[in-house]
Amino acid sequence: MHGTFIDVEVSGAAASDPELARKLEEVCPVDIFAAAGGTVEIARENLDECVLCELCVEAAPRGTVVVRKLYDGTRLER
Amino acid sequence: MRFYEYESRRIVERAGIPVTDYGFATTAAEAGQAAERIGGPTVIKSQVLTGGRMKAGGVRFADSPEQAEADAAEILELEIGGHVPVGVLVDPKAEIEQEYYAAVLWDGRAKRPMMLFSDMGGIDIEQVAAEHPDHVGRGHLSNLHPIADFEAKQAVARCGMTGSALNRASAVLARLARLQRDYDMTLAEINPLARLADGSFVALDAHMEMEDEAVGRHKPMLHEIGVDLDEPRELYEPSEFERNVKAIDAADHRGVIQGKDHGFHGDLGLVIGAGGGSLTLTDAVRSQGGRPANYAEIGGNPSVAKSKGLAIEVLRKDGVEKIAVMMSIVSNTRVDIVARGVIKACLELGKDPAETIAIFRIPGAWEEEGYRILDRYGVEYCDRSVSMWEAAGRAVARVQGDRTGSQ
Repeated sequence: MHGTFIDVEVSGAAASDPELARKLEEVCPVDIFAAAGGTVEIARENLDECVLCELCVEAAPRGTVVVRKLYDGTRLER
Repeated sequence: MRFYEYESRRIVERAGIPVTDYGFATTAAEAGQAAERIGGPTVIKSQVLTGGRMKAGGVRFADSPEQAEADAAEILELEIGGHVPVGVLVDPKAEIEQEYYAAVLWDGRAKRPMMLFSDMGGIDIEQVAAEHPDHVGRGHLSNLHPIADFEAKQAVARCGMTGSALNRASAVLARLARLQRDYDMTLAEINPLARLADGSFVALDAHMEMEDEAVGRHKPMLHEIGVDLDEPRELYEPSEFERNVKAIDAADHRGVIQGKDHGFHGDLGLVIGAGGGSLTLTDAVRSQGGRPANYAEIGGNPSVAKSKGLAIEVLRKDGVEKIAVMMSIVSNTRVDIVARGVIKACLELGKDPAETIAIFRIPGAWEEEGYRILDRYGVEYCDRSVSMWEAAGRAVARVQGDRTGSQ
């Protein structure tokens, strides 16, 4: 399930990295990520609050976090 | 901020304006004691922040302390217009020669205080001004210069008063003018101001309203006269819409939303704001024949959830089919975030955003991103090259077009 405007994908292996989970939880200003039991949990109800700051993309290893803008099909990634 | 009559009396008294030897009581027994102390016939008046006390039975005349106590017991139980009295004011029944009206109010058009005086007090001043304009004296005051007694005298003299009465009434009006300035009152009114048999003037009733923004700097005075600053003193009972918007705002620290619908009965919902934009846009809608369903303020970068919450509340109001989402250019609120909020509101209510949002005009931060969202849902929008007036006109035309089409 995704938001109306935004979706976030964390690649399988990265999603179970406790260090990345903690880092994503720390950097996201609108609480989209939570470190739950050592894995990355995404708070779906907050997805549409994404301010497109790209901090999550910058904090994660290249290619592991993608922010998708559902209204125009573009993506934020590195 | 509004004041109860007994508080207004205390303010007037502090300004050196004579008042009767009144008493404030919160119990019937206290009222009886006050009447005993005053001696003679008394008037018992309910202390509520609403009008219509006399008609509702909230004002009674007592000939003895026992009767005053009995009347107070009934008045204290009497709800007037949904307001429960905080007490009663016990006033001596004065022997009055003549009643006058004195007030100093903030004239928003002139941007200066204005004095009003009439030798026909005790009744509605608007009625006096309409039927007996020669009995109303007016005079504007400077915002900068000290208030001189002669200015008050000129206003009093304009309604034909002369001699000793002129001198005594002028002194009262001058003090009222200084009170109005010193305490940032939007209204300082004494009605009636009575001339007694010995020629002296006393305030029999007073009505004060303080600018809300000024309450903080007058805390010492407010504390001294016993005002409870935690007590809500709304002009009217907030509607469900107003309560809900306030709760949504309080639940999320991001940005600010406000919503009022008291006195609004229109069909065009407004989600508007930014640097005076709300007033300007409401006026722009009304002057082009539109009928706003509410007044609103949105700004300071609210979250998507907060924007959505305001839009949902506006759309749920009876008679609202469309909303206009508009802001002044001075906003730094993110356009894309508000766009997401209002579109989500439409979708959650099962409405088509393209049909429901009559116009979207928020120039400012992230507007290109916002336009991409609006494009996706087919919402009509415009940028800063379209004035607030034109945007409001387009919203009105869309609502009226729908109404014409359905007839």
